[in-house]
Amino acid sequence: MARVVVDVMLKPEILDPQGKAVQGAFSRLGFDGVASVRQGKRFEIELDGEATPEAVAEIERAAATLLANPVIEDFTVHVEAGV
Amino acid sequence: MTIDTVELAAKTPDQPQPWDELGLKEDEYQRIRDILGRRPTNAELAMYSVMWSEHCSYKSSKVHLRQFGEKAPESDALLVGIGQNAGVVDIGHGYAVTFKIESHNHPSYVEPYQGAATGVGGIVRDILAMGARPVAVMDSLRFGPLDADDTHRVLPGVVAGVGGYGNCLGLPNIGGEVVFDPSYAANPLVNALCVGVMKHEDIHLANATGVGNKVVLFGARTGGDGIGGASILASESFDDTKPSKRPAVQVGDPFMEKVLIECCLELFEAKVVEAIQDLGAAGISCATSELASNGDGGMHVQLEKVLLRDPSLTPGEIMMSESQERMMGIVTPENLDAFLAITAKWDVETAVIGEVTGTGRLIIDWHGETIADVDPRTVAHDGPVYERPFARPSWQDSLQADGPESLPRPSSGDELRGTLLRLLASPNLTSKAWITDQYDRYVLGNTVLAQPEDAGVLRIDESTGLGVAIATDGNGRYAKLDPYTGAQLSLAEAYRNVATTGARPLAVTDGLNFGSPEDPAVMWQFAEAIRGLADGCQALGTPVTGGNVSLYNQTGDAAILPTAIVGLLGVLDDVGRRTPQGFRESGQVIYLLGETRDEFGGSEWAWAEHGHLGGRPPSVDLAAERELAEILVNASRDGLIDAAHDLSDGGLAIALAESVLRYGVGARVWVPDGLDPFVFLFSESQARAIVAVPRSEEVRFTDMCSARRFSHQRIGVVDDGGVLDLQGQFSVPVDELRTAHGSTLPSAFEA
Repeated sequence: MARVVVDVMLKPEILDPQGKAVQGAFSRLGFDGVASVRQGKRFEIELDGEATPEAVAEIERAAATLLANPVIEDFTVHVEAGV
Repeated sequence: MTIDTVELAAKTPDQPQPWDELGLKEDEYQRIRDILGRRPTNAELAMYSVMWSEHCSYKSSKVHLRQFGEKAPESDALLVGIGQNAGVVDIGHGYAVTFKIESHNHPSYVEPYQGAATGVGGIVRDILAMGARPVAVMDSLRFGPLDADDTHRVLPGVVAGVGGYGNCLGLPNIGGEVVFDPSYAANPLVNALCVGVMKHEDIHLANATGVGNKVVLFGARTGGDGIGGASILASESFDDTKPSKRPAVQVGDPFMEKVLIECCLELFEAKVVEAIQDLGAAGISCATSELASNGDGGMHVQLEKVLLRDPSLTPGEIMMSESQERMMGIVTPENLDAFLAITAKWDVETAVIGEVTGTGRLIIDWHGETIADVDPRTVAHDGPVYERPFARPSWQDSLQADGPESLPRPSSGDELRGTLLRLLASPNLTSKAWITDQYDRYVLGNTVLAQPEDAGVLRIDESTGLGVAIATDGNGRYAKLDPYTGAQLSLAEAYRNVATTGARPLAVTDGLNFGSPEDPAVMWQFAEAIRGLADGCQALGTPVTGGNVSLYNQTGDAAILPTAIVGLLGVLDDVGRRTPQGFRESGQVIYLLGETRDEFGGSEWAWAEHGHLGGRPPSVDLAAERELAEILVNASRDGLIDAAHDLSDGGLAIALAESVLRYGVGARVWVPDGLDPFVFLFSESQARAIVAVPRSEEVRFTDMCSARRFSHQRIGVVDDGGVLDLQGQFSVPVDELRTAHGSTLPSAFEA
């Protein structure tokens, strides 16, 4: 068993209304010192077998087509150690 | 980062500049150099390139669009015509209505959800800038074949984007169309229409007048959204070999826009703002140059005062950014504090970025150095104008010669029955409820009629019942067969749809979607369509108030069907008198108004049953359309009819089916003597409608038609039998009609 993690974030130049709303809530609720918030998604994917290069490549393909919208989002894929 | 200043530009005339990458032609670049007497700075190059793009300058279309002004019919109703953010029409009782349609085609292909959402957001801001409260939206959509993979990527995203943005804003979506055709694969059309209401005295024009007045930018911060989107997206078709040309997509925030709407309306109400311009394509470049050239002619802007989301943006990028939900206001110094108090109340970030001058120059500074010094007219109005060559394509004759006469026609009752059920289930005629049910149609509580009615009807004034009706229509197949006639047929259908509800047609907005203007055949289609539309509007007495042109909708050499979408607005003195589409009362008599001829060129039957497109489109008779409209409007006012439905795609059979389906009644219908049943049921002859007449009003109604010498045939009776019975031909239970009509989209998209 291995765990692969895909992190998806809106590209930096893209407006993030959710992040902006969270940032507004920060200051309303008295959490000071926050300059900016951006919100993303994290997928934790348990593989049936080991995280072979082929298996990770398959997850990368899934990330580009299913988990992220590459037109407006970036993603990173990494294998989590010790699971 | 070194900043390219005017001073530097004068000293370095030979520095190479990326005019090509920015979409300018060499002679256009040379013209900019001639105007300025030096090379442009990077910021100036950015401004000229976006403002001189096809999208912003209308450089290929301008010479033809002039006809809308030259042939404009006399109309007392027109308060503001072409040239402003949107046209304004007088509807009586001191009310004015503004409406406009705009395309967001290419962005919706790249990123369907955000492209469609920001299309809605953009047109809503146009309406807002006139001083009106936006009250409804409509959308006119075209996609590739229903079974194509890419349609399954694009359509759900576009529909969710239209619904998401409009629903969040709290604006009802009261109608529109959805059409499928292979030519729209990879070239979907997303045209959004918005309508707004104000009192006459609240009309605002976007002009920067009053030397010393402040230029204020408010709303969302400026980021790297859609930089170059205006010029690059609208100027070239996509080419896989140049992925770098795909610009960043704009992302909209409807909740920000909702706040902006209320904020702007309060600013107008408090009379603390002289003019407001929305920021759409070409962002600050467009807003500053248009405001300045429409006003006193000068403006001095300190660009570093623009609030940024991304501090790394260069001045040129700030000038071009298409970040959404931004507005620019012109405010007198005395009103500035009151203005800022209102924007602060709404939590809208605001920056004073410059002031109006009388110098005739638009000067942009960046931290004390001048990075642009131009005559704003040369940017906004004196862009290149092309007399593009146009020529009737060589294939037009053979297309018109290949008529539908040789296609096998159904003749027996069973064959006619099967044809009806298959047509009802075909992509273009099927129920669009799966789509329109995702839109809020009734929010704000003033929606009187919405999809699937012939036109959307809104109540404007609660005390009198004054209201408006709006329909959008555009038949690209007819226009392919004959662009002049086709454009008039789109106009005629929208006009008929509005009159069917009982509204008096008043004015037009047009969304012109075509292929590449560099192709003489496309340019011919475009020129012919405009000529047809302008002549048609003149004949019907409905002036064009504004609209939008979208060119380069093509893949390789294959252009989309020439698609002139007509949005037509009419007025109802009392929406309580509107005529709905559906049959309801058993025993009422069904009349067919208008002449039915054997006309199947470009018809839905030829296309859906035989994949055939050829011959001539149905003939246009605008005098008959006018007569029919007057009958429908008078009959509605005098309470002579209880239901009406216009006849268009698919002909009488489809209209009958839709009319019984609306409330689940039944009808008995007979074929008039001398008419072939197939022609009676499926011909797409124009200037026709069906109406349901209460027996008590039958004599008055037929007397009115006879007095006007308008053809009216008694073709059936409404009953409550739950069956559509074509006597002597076939009968279909309404449930079977409903299954055929309602299953296509759910089964395609709910997999």
